[in-house]
Amino acid sequence: MDTTTSLSRRSVIAAAVIGLTGAAAGVRAQGTPIRVGSTLALTGPLSATAQIHKLVGEIYVEQANKRGGWLGRPIEWVVKDDQSKPDLARTLYEQLVTADKVDLLMGPYATGAILSAMGVAQRYNKVLVHHTLGIPSLAKYEWQFPAWSLGSDPATTVPNTLFDALAAGPKPPKNIAVVTNKFPSIQFMTAGAREVMKKRGLNEVLFLEWDFGNRDFGPIANRIKDAKPDFVWVGAIGLDGNLLLDAMKKIDYVPPQHFYLYPSPGPLVALPEAKNALSVTIFEDQPPFTANTGAAEFVKIYRERATKAGLADPSVETQAAASYTAWQILAAGVAATKSLDDKAIATWLKANRVDTLQGKLRFDGTGNFGDDLMRIKQIQDGHWVVVWPKEVTAGGAKLLAP
Amino acid sequence: MSGFSLPSATLLAQSILSGVFVGALYGLMGLGLSLSWGLLRLINLAHFAFAFLAAYLCYQLASKGMDPLATLVILVPAFFVLGAALQALVARFAITPFNSLLLTFGLTGIVEAIIQTIWTADFRKLESSYSPMKFKVGALYVPIPELITFAFAVALSFAIWAVLRYTDLGKALRAAAEDAPIAAAFGVDQRRNALLLAGTCSALASVAGVCLALSFTLAPSQIYAWVGVVFAAVMLGGLGRALGPLIAGSVIGVSEAVTMAVTAPSWAPIVSFTLLIVILVLRPGRVG
Repeated sequence: MDTTTSLSRRSVIAAAVIGLTGAAAGVRAQGTPIRVGSTLALTGPLSATAQIHKLVGEIYVEQANKRGGWLGRPIEWVVKDDQSKPDLARTLYEQLVTADKVDLLMGPYATGAILSAMGVAQRYNKVLVHHTLGIPSLAKYEWQFPAWSLGSDPATTVPNTLFDALAAGPKPPKNIAVVTNKFPSIQFMTAGAREVMKKRGLNEVLFLEWDFGNRDFGPIANRIKDAKPDFVWVGAIGLDGNLLLDAMKKIDYVPPQHFYLYPSPGPLVALPEAKNALSVTIFEDQPPFTANTGAAEFVKIYRERATKAGLADPSVETQAAASYTAWQILAAGVAATKSLDDKAIATWLKANRVDTLQGKLRFDGTGNFGDDLMRIKQIQDGHWVVVWPKEVTAGGAKLLAP
Repeated sequence: MSGFSLPSATLLAQSILSGVFVGALYGLMGLGLSLSWGLLRLINLAHFAFAFLAAYLCYQLASKGMDPLATLVILVPAFFVLGAALQALVARFAITPFNSLLLTFGLTGIVEAIIQTIWTADFRKLESSYSPMKFKVGALYVPIPELITFAFAVALSFAIWAVLRYTDLGKALRAAAEDAPIAAAFGVDQRRNALLLAGTCSALASVAGVCLALSFTLAPSQIYAWVGVVFAAVMLGGLGRALGPLIAGSVIGVSEAVTMAVTAPSWAPIVSFTLLIVILVLRPGRVG
C-alpha cells in the first residue's frame, strides 16, 4: 500500500538540476508535475515479474523527465503496491482517482489486476493503457489500450504462427502432445492451438491439463514419453517448463521439438535441457527489434539497471517491452492532443498509429487490439533467438530441430 | 486422447514409484505436524513455513559450497531451538488449540515475508551434485534426491514410532496427551517434554525442508501449496501417530500419481481430499 514517489521526486529534481545547468538536451521540465497513477504487484506471488515493470517505469519517467517531461511538465509516477491482489488493485485505483487525484492512469501488471483497474477507469472515464492483458476478449472498455500486441484473436493467430514456423522448419511435426496449465490466459490459448492443429490435419497423441501450482510433473513427463510425440506444446506459465524438463530428465527423456507458451524466460534459458525450446515474444534484445523507436537506448539502460537490481534476466523481452510500450502509448496520446484530457487522448489513440518499441501499433481492431506481433523464438547456444517470421530474424537465424 | 486412457505397464510402474516418493515427502512434512497436533494440541501451521525456511537456508548454504545434506548439522539444532521457543510462547500464554491455529497462521505469514525479503518472490532451484544422480531398475528410473527423501521419511518415522512406543519419554508424552493431570500426578514433567517434542517437530520440519530443496523449486508462495495435501495425510494417518502420515502420505501420493497416469493430472488434487472425506465418513473416530 506504499506510495512510492521518492524516485519520481528524485527524478524530477535531477531533471530540474540538469535543465538548470544546461546539461540536458536543452529542454527543461517545469511547472506542476503530471501525476500518473498505477499499482504494481510489488509484493506477493507476482512480485518477481512486477519488479520488471517497476524498473521499466522508473527508467521511462527518468528519461522522459530528462527530455523535458510531457507538455514541458515533469512526470511524477505514483505507484502503489497491490500485493498481487486484484481486489486490492481495484481499491487502490479508486484511491488514485479520488484521493490522490492523479492526472492519468497507467495499467498494473497481470490480467486480474488489469481487469480490476479497467473497471475503475471505466467508472471515472479514464484512459487505461495496460501492459500484459492475456485474454483480449475480456477487454470491453472503450478507453483501454493494450501495450502487448498479441492481436484480438491470439488463440488462433499465435498457434498459426508457431505451426507455420514448424512447417517451414527441418522436421515438420505430425504427432503432437498438448499439455497445459489450466491458468485462464494459458488454457484458452491451448484450446485455440488444438483447433488450429485439427484444421491443419495434425495428430494429437496426448492432451493433459494440470492446475496452477502443480507440484509433481513426474507422471506428466512419463505420459509424454509414453505418447511418443514429435512435438510437445506446453501451455506453460512461470516455471512449468523448468519443472517439466526436470521431470523429463529424471526419466532420460528429451522432447524432440518443444514449445513453452509463457515461461519465465530467464530460468528457462539457463536450463541445459531447454536446448532448442521454442516460445513466443514481441521483442528481443537483437536486431531488427533494437532499431524500433526508443529501443536501443532503453535496452542499454535496462540491461545496466536490471543487472544492478539483480534481476534473473537483464535482457529486454516481452514483459519489459510491453511495459515500456505502455508508457510510449500514453506519451503519444498526451503529446498529440497536447492535453491530459482522457477523452481527447482516447479518441486520438483509436484513430492513429503509435511508434513504439514493438513497431507501429494500431488500436482500431476488436477490443482496441491491433496486429498480432507475436514472434517465435528459440533457445540456441544458451540464448533466445528469434527464428520466425523470417523478416524479424537476425544473422540468418533458423529454427533448429534435433 | 483426452480423459481416461490405458497406460503402459512401464508408465504405470514409473508413476507409482513417483507417487511413493512424493508420498514420502508428504509423510515427512506431516510427521512433525501430526505429533504436535496429537500430543501437544498445537495445530502448527507454521510447520510448513519452517520447512520452507529450512529449504531456503539449505539452498543458501549449498550455494556457498556446502553439501545440502551436511546443512542438516546446522539446521536441525537451529530449528529444534526455534520449535522449543515457539512452544514456550504457546505455554506462557496458555494458547488453546484453535488459537494456536491463528497464531501459527500469522507466524507463517511473517516467515513468508521474511523469505520474500531475503530471497525475493522469484523461484529458486538448488543445483546440487545429487540433482542429476539416478539409477535404473529394469525399465524404471530411480532419482537419488527422491530416494534420499524416502529414506529419511522411513527412517525418521520408524525412529519416532520406536521412541513413542518403547521409551519412558514416549510413554510420558502419550500419557500426557491422553490425560495431562493424571500424567502429572505420576511425575511426568510436561513442560520439559513439551519443549522437547516441539523442538523435535520443528527439527523434523527442517529435514523435510532440506528434502524439499533437493527435489523441488522454491518460491515463498509455495508454502501454502502443501498445506491441504499434508493436512489430509496427517488426518488420514491419525493424529499423534508416527507411522500414520508416512502410510497415508504414500497412499495419497500413489493415488495422485496413478490418477495422473490414467486420466487428467488436474484430477489428482481431488484424490487426497476425496480419500479424506471417505475415511471420515467410514471411520469418524479416526481424527482426534
